[in-house]
Amino acid sequence: MLLIDCPYCGARPELEFVYGGQAHVARPRNPAECSDEQWADFLYWRDNSRGVHAERWRHTHGCGQFFNALRDTTNDHFLATYRVGEAAPALERVARPRT
Amino acid sequence: MADLSTARQQQVVATSPVLRQLPPASRFVLRGGPQALVAAVGALGLPRSDSPCRAVRNDGRAALWLGPDERLLLGTADAAGETESLLQRALAGMPHSLVEISHAQGAFELRGARAATILNTGCPLDLDSAAFPVDMCTRTVFAKAQIVLWRTGAETFRVETARSFAPYVTKILALAACEAMS
Repeated sequence: MLLIDCPYCGARPELEFVYGGQAHVARPRNPAECSDEQWADFLYWRDNSRGVHAERWRHTHGCGQFFNALRDTTNDHFLATYRVGEAAPALERVARPRT
Repeated sequence: MADLSTARQQQVVATSPVLRQLPPASRFVLRGGPQALVAAVGALGLPRSDSPCRAVRNDGRAALWLGPDERLLLGTADAAGETESLLQRALAGMPHSLVEISHAQGAFELRGARAATILNTGCPLDLDSAAFPVDMCTRTVFAKAQIVLWRTGAETFRVETARSFAPYVTKILALAACEAMS
């Protein structure tokens, strides 16, 4: 079973969590000033990276909180989890699990 | 055939030696900032605690940590009105949300040396007493249903679940108990 480290509750089974899309996507401060391309970019375009991806998760069947995670999309390892509002931890400090 | 099988399962719940339905209770879900949570817990005469996934209890009342901004407040069924007025007085002027869910949920108690094993048939948490000590509580899943699990004693668990999920949860628990005890 895949365990995800909730920043509030600790390590919990994956089925308590829901994926919440890419993290750190900032909404434009003034949408009315955006061009159609900029707005479409904010609404629809997301990274599809091979490797480390910052994404939002929600501990739906637990504390109910959203948090951010760094996950390696090639092997599904969670490298780090951190609270909303915190900066993503530097990757060289994150212990990479052996594959 | 369907009727026979339903009747048999109901009998299993009613006769299970380890599972029993708990009497009706008053339940409130309180959401708010740290100030509101401290004020509410204090007004109910409960000790202050910010520890995640821990319950505090005193004199028939309990406050269960469900999230950093959420508490489940339990009491006896006849204390609902009193609890509500106590909380409304303590929380006046503070932003919060207080919802009474007394009748939305039902509670069951699972007890015995094999209680953790029986729960683990549907709940993937580590329920060893080192990882899940007495008075640890959390919202989690049991099979396909969401439950609130509270370890009230070394070999006693309280399972709170939505009223509509109760037959589903109790039947699986009782059947698992049959297998675990045999």
